[in-house]
Amino acid sequence: MKKVFALGLAAAMAVSMTACGGSSSEETTAAAGAGDTEAAADAGEAAGDAEGGEAADGAAFKIGAMGPSTGSAAVYGIAVQNGAQIAIDEINAAGGINGYQIEYQFQDDENDSEKALNAYNALKDWGMQILVGTTTSTPCIEIAGQTSADGIFQITPSGSAVECTAQPNVFRVCFSDPAQGAASAQYIGEHGLASKVAVIYDSSSVYSSGIYEQFAAEAANQGIEIVAAEAFTADSATDFNTQLQKAKDNGAELVFLPIYYTEASLILSQADAMGFAPQFFGCDGMDGILQVENFDTSLAEGLMLLTPFAADATDDMTVNFVTQYQDKFGETPIQFAADAYDAVYAVKAAAEAGNVTPDMATEDICNALVEAMPTISIDALTSIVGEQMTWTAEGEPNKAPKAVMIQDGAYTAMD
Amino acid sequence: MKGKKLLNKTWKENAVTYGIVIIAYIIIQIMVQTGNISSLMKGLLVPVCVYVIMAVSLNLVVGISGELSLGHAGFMCAGAFSGALFTKCMADTIGNPVVCFAIAVVVGAATAAVFGILIGVPVLRLQGDYLAIVTLAFGEIIKNIVNALFIGRDENGLHFSLKSAMDLNLADGGEVLIKGPQGITGNPRVASFTIGVILILITLFIVQNVINSRTGRAVMAIRDNRIAAQSVGLSVTKYKLMAFTISAALAGVGGVLYAHNLTTLTALPKNFGYNQSIMILVFVVLGGIGNIRGSVIAAAILTVLPELLRGMNDYRMLIYAIVLIVIMIFNSAPAIIGYRERFMERFKNKSKTKEAL
Amino acid sequence: MSFISYLVNGISLGSVYALIALGYTMVYGIAKMLNFAHGDIIMVGGYTVFIACSTAGLPPVVGVLLAVIVCTVLGVTVEFVAYRPLRGASPLAVLITAIGVSYFLQNMALLLFGANTKSFTSVVSIPSLQLADGQLNISGETMVTVAACIIIMIGLLAFINRTKAGQAMLAVSEDRDAAILMGVNVNGTIALTFAIGSALAAVAGVLLCSAYPSLTPYTGAMPGIKAFVAAVFGGIGSIPGAFIGGILLGIIESLSKAYISSQLSDAIVFSVLIIVLLVRPTGIMGRKISEKV
Repeated sequence: MKKVFALGLAAAMAVSMTACGGSSSEETTAAAGAGDTEAAADAGEAAGDAEGGEAADGAAFKIGAMGPSTGSAAVYGIAVQNGAQIAIDEINAAGGINGYQIEYQFQDDENDSEKALNAYNALKDWGMQILVGTTTSTPCIEIAGQTSADGIFQITPSGSAVECTAQPNVFRVCFSDPAQGAASAQYIGEHGLASKVAVIYDSSSVYSSGIYEQFAAEAANQGIEIVAAEAFTADSATDFNTQLQKAKDNGAELVFLPIYYTEASLILSQADAMGFAPQFFGCDGMDGILQVENFDTSLAEGLMLLTPFAADATDDMTVNFVTQYQDKFGETPIQFAADAYDAVYAVKAAAEAGNVTPDMATEDICNALVEAMPTISIDALTSIVGEQMTWTAEGEPNKAPKAVMIQDGAYTAMD
Repeated sequence: MKGKKLLNKTWKENAVTYGIVIIAYIIIQIMVQTGNISSLMKGLLVPVCVYVIMAVSLNLVVGISGELSLGHAGFMCAGAFSGALFTKCMADTIGNPVVCFAIAVVVGAATAAVFGILIGVPVLRLQGDYLAIVTLAFGEIIKNIVNALFIGRDENGLHFSLKSAMDLNLADGGEVLIKGPQGITGNPRVASFTIGVILILITLFIVQNVINSRTGRAVMAIRDNRIAAQSVGLSVTKYKLMAFTISAALAGVGGVLYAHNLTTLTALPKNFGYNQSIMILVFVVLGGIGNIRGSVIAAAILTVLPELLRGMNDYRMLIYAIVLIVIMIFNSAPAIIGYRERFMERFKNKSKTKEAL
Repeated sequence: MSFISYLVNGISLGSVYALIALGYTMVYGIAKMLNFAHGDIIMVGGYTVFIACSTAGLPPVVGVLLAVIVCTVLGVTVEFVAYRPLRGASPLAVLITAIGVSYFLQNMALLLFGANTKSFTSVVSIPSLQLADGQLNISGETMVTVAACIIIMIGLLAFINRTKAGQAMLAVSEDRDAAILMGVNVNGTIALTFAIGSALAAVAGVLLCSAYPSLTPYTGAMPGIKAFVAAVFGGIGSIPGAFIGGILLGIIESLSKAYISSQLSDAIVFSVLIIVLLVRPTGIMGRKISEKV
């Protein structure tokens, strides 16, 4: 019996293998087709236009995006997926890039290097020419090596680790971790916010520990004393009472939280429950805390953070983006969505500056975009209002982290 | 006479397993050479090898030794990090990447084996679910420690810290090798499908030889009836520990292969947490507990399946979960097994009557 | 003083583990299966209350009742669809199916509710207790959770020992075949076990989310595993053991974070677990298993 079953399995494998190999092109086009219909359903008319434009021209840019859309980091990947979708729909509706429409596909990388390679290969099979991704740092470093070898232009909306942009073909929209860590320490030091600081960080996250490391290095220069550096891990990210208690016992005047808003919202409510009210200070990962459904925003009152994007800003661009996002996806966008939106527009600007067309070889597109990137400047959601965003040849965005304070449930700019 | 027949039968069985692997290898190589394979499938070749090795090695503990281990990813993690660290330190000194990789495999296997012994000695006296939870705990401990581990190198030698890179106190020009949660970055990707298949064959060779050796029979005797085995003088601890250690060492080999297929190696809950251990267990259970060939096939199919479902977009993991439940019920539910057997019986009878005619 | 506050933190965390562990251990003790999906049923309970109270604006009591009903129905359905066909199959097959169910529930929640974190409004309206000039703070949630644990524990023990259905459960757990011969409806008893276990999960979900008010599709997974560890710690299958195991686990976690290393607290918790199991191989309150020859 067992044998029969094993043989059955073997046959199944053989069939699946030949299916993967022999008809691989069909397989992937089928997948791509499904992706397209999905996108079309989401995008509505815009995608319809795209279809029409493509038919007329015969060529379209193929932009791929990646991020975790399942698993505990799904919130970031889905935000990138949707943010890029909005930008692409807008561009397609307005006539595309250099007159060419954009085709878009998003793949799930589960926030894991190995799965990211699979997602990347799936995108490559689809014919991706430009990659907007990946969303998280660890897979980003892995994929950067691949795109550099394959000659595909990559712009990561939110891969903040230093190594993400080590390759010449990789650019990013967000701040790098060290930039934020050092800037936070400088801001606290220069404004005399506190001399005794506690840090609560996620030691299992590249993002959080990267910022913490730079913060600690810079804190020494600023005369800030770190009285407690408390870690937590992804596996113990519910209870922070002990970390807060330690900060409180050591007399911390300010608690630095280089973490994402999910945990931060817990920390704020736990601190409130224990009657501990220091100054809280966060980084760009903190952005989104006011949009947490049902969150008591009074807990975040007085919280300071460095952020490039505020969903409740009143400039036309942000209002337009947030309205569209809410209409299409029923949620308020977080910073990751804005980063992805900016990334797509950066690609557009660079493609226009470099006169890139979809019929060029992928490698030529990459070279042209890399060359054009340092020359462009765009209006971006994640740059300071009134200032344009530019890039260095190394792939870093030129934008200063901007401090805001939450007052009456809204961001108020600080100087 | 009967003994010889039996031996022949196991030999045949094993040969079929090797055959499947080798034929699959040849077919895929032809497809790669003729360009008939998608990038996605090409990228999956090495991971499939990794999970086949993991599943076969876990089957040694779960199937042959009859112990439930939920910490297999921990050994994989130990192997992966030690192997990658070795490559990172020695790649320039050794020069030839294949030689370097071969030594890294040995290093990884040895490290994982040491952990296997360290863990096995105290815990193998526990049983059933208690053993499961302790192995799970060990896996999590290894992951947690690796996540907090910083290793640096400068002219004074190696520096270790469990706090942060700053505490390494490296001299100027020193290099941080393992950077806590950022793990090891910038490793060469030397793993290839050919290397993976060679490692699978070695793993199969070791596991099947262990099973069909005196040791293997002793281990199975202990599994089937511990007290009876003890009463005929078999040392329970010794044999259980042997199976456990060999399994851990082979998991280390899988880890080294895994590490050399990526340029960045990090210990996330996703790749080295209990979830991964459970995934490997799923391969073993689905392929048939104690059935080595089944493990090979199940690991290959279940690694490829979620990637084939990519066309389903958002529903991908949901469908995967449903497939898992349905296969499990179809494969193990007593009622369905009975139904299937009756069906097969009828089928057999029919062919028999045909033969008679 | 700070030691006492760390201890109190540990107890509040531990009481949540204990509450989840009670459901775990109950199902394990009778159905003899590790229900890995237990943590995800907790998550479903959390979402039910969130939708009932925060979105639909119903009073908390109604929300909790609704969560209990939804989780009970869910638990019984899961048992009927996924676990019952596997009765008599290898325990590993059931374990894997439970994992499949766990993935299913997580991904279903991801599709239905989205990945964004939802902030849960506590259903507990008792103010926190301030002792020693505000140096020591015991939150209302902690008091309710500990009370709920004790009530549930006593209730469960009374139910199992005093009622006919409870005795049937005990019989099924002792010897399933003998129970069938004695006329016990094994399928019904196990379904009842799942119903009670899932109702407990709903209560645990509500209190977990009240104490730690963030809700995502993965909220239940890690506390579920920790509670499983707690249940084993106390001796799986033993109801008082689950309570003691949960509280101890919380205290160890809190103290190791406070005094040893917050980075390595997971490793320390698991090490303590291993040491306890080496000294007492069936957990703190576990029964010694005598082997049949």
